[in-house]
Amino acid sequence: MIYVAWFLILLTIGFAVLSVHLKDLLAAVILMGASSLIVSVLFVFLQAPDVAMSEASIGAALTMAIYIIVVKKTEASEK
Amino acid sequence: MTRSIVYSVFLALIVAVVLVFLVAFPFGQNKMGVGQYYLDNTVKQTGAENVVTAITLEYRGFDTLGEVTVLFAAATGVSLLLYLTDEEKKRRRNPRVQPNFVVRVGSRIIFPFVVLFGLYIIVHGHLTPGGGFQGGAIIASGVLMLYLANPDMHVSRNNLLITEGLAGLTYVLLGTAGLFTAGRSFLANFLPLGTPGLVLSAGILLPLYIAVGVKVGSEFSGIIDDLFSQAGETGGEA
Amino acid sequence: MIFYAAALVLIAIGLYAIIIKKNLVKIIIGLDLIETGVNLLIVSIGYVNHGTAPIFSKGVSASMMVDAVPQALTLTSIVIGASELALAAAFVVLLYRHYGTLDIRKMRNLRW
Repeated sequence: MIYVAWFLILLTIGFAVLSVHLKDLLAAVILMGASSLIVSVLFVFLQAPDVAMSEASIGAALTMAIYIIVVKKTEASEK
Repeated sequence: MTRSIVYSVFLALIVAVVLVFLVAFPFGQNKMGVGQYYLDNTVKQTGAENVVTAITLEYRGFDTLGEVTVLFAAATGVSLLLYLTDEEKKRRRNPRVQPNFVVRVGSRIIFPFVVLFGLYIIVHGHLTPGGGFQGGAIIASGVLMLYLANPDMHVSRNNLLITEGLAGLTYVLLGTAGLFTAGRSFLANFLPLGTPGLVLSAGILLPLYIAVGVKVGSEFSGIIDDLFSQAGETGGEA
Repeated sequence: MIFYAAALVLIAIGLYAIIIKKNLVKIIIGLDLIETGVNLLIVSIGYVNHGTAPIFSKGVSASMMVDAVPQALTLTSIVIGASELALAAAFVVLLYRHYGTLDIRKMRNLRW
């Protein structure tokens, strides 16, 4: 069971590195939201269901919506 | 190149912190003293079954009041920075693409169920994982869905402000009522505890979490409403 | 053990994005990464080997639960992090309207 946690941790770090590196701002912001969602699954592995629900609803849904609105109102690309 | 030097110094500090953690906090050690006390005495003293809810509202209830204040300050700051009056908001929303008929009607059908689900999670906060913050965020997500699907959606700002103010006032009034009744302290638990396992139990925790949930939901809805009705050229394609 | 390293790697990536990147949206993404890393670190400190979630029901006693205090701290921290990111997003929209660009090298004139 611990190998699933290893795989999810590698996915989280990979998405974070890719999100900082890309030039397209919309793709970077969506990868950031995906990384938050996988961290929420990691919270379930650490036996914390309250924190997982809070991170999934606030960190991965509302924060990503705010980011996407900001990217749409300003330039959508360009490093 | 000074930025790279500064970053290398911080990276060395972080590596040192990793090594300290590996030595001083072995992963999976036993609980601290305070955690053990909270786990042993929660059901007797509060009547709630969710220990995290009992810690957030009963043992550290004053910190939750501070967090609600920080959220209120941030929402007020966003509203002050991006200020438009109601008439200007009605004038500036002119989209180029009208959403589909199925999306427009379907979102209005699903919205009551989303609000019901959010209220269910708020009310059962002391029995199952959940509570006011999670349920309030779910209600705000439902409002976001309505904004995305209907281009002429507009929530009256005055109603949101009145709801938010009343919810915050409820929290402070419930806390002040504890000053005059049993316990003689701010945010004391003065309602009867009941049997653990029923919805109507755990004294003052249920009204407090309902107030927190309504306040968080209306604040996030206000933030999303402010960001959506800003004038700005939509750079790039949809 | 792997959870400590993962949280600190996330903090290091976020710090890189804040110090070295020049675009405002990338700086805010770095802020969010640091928040996520710190929350993961706090929750993984309170883990007990072979423990279960801190919710009472039939057949669960208080001696086989994980520590509940770090989870209450993390709940507060997540909500405050989200509200601070909303305020930063409002600043970015305002700065773009004033300067016309998102590059921080072009926003150097301080007016008295």
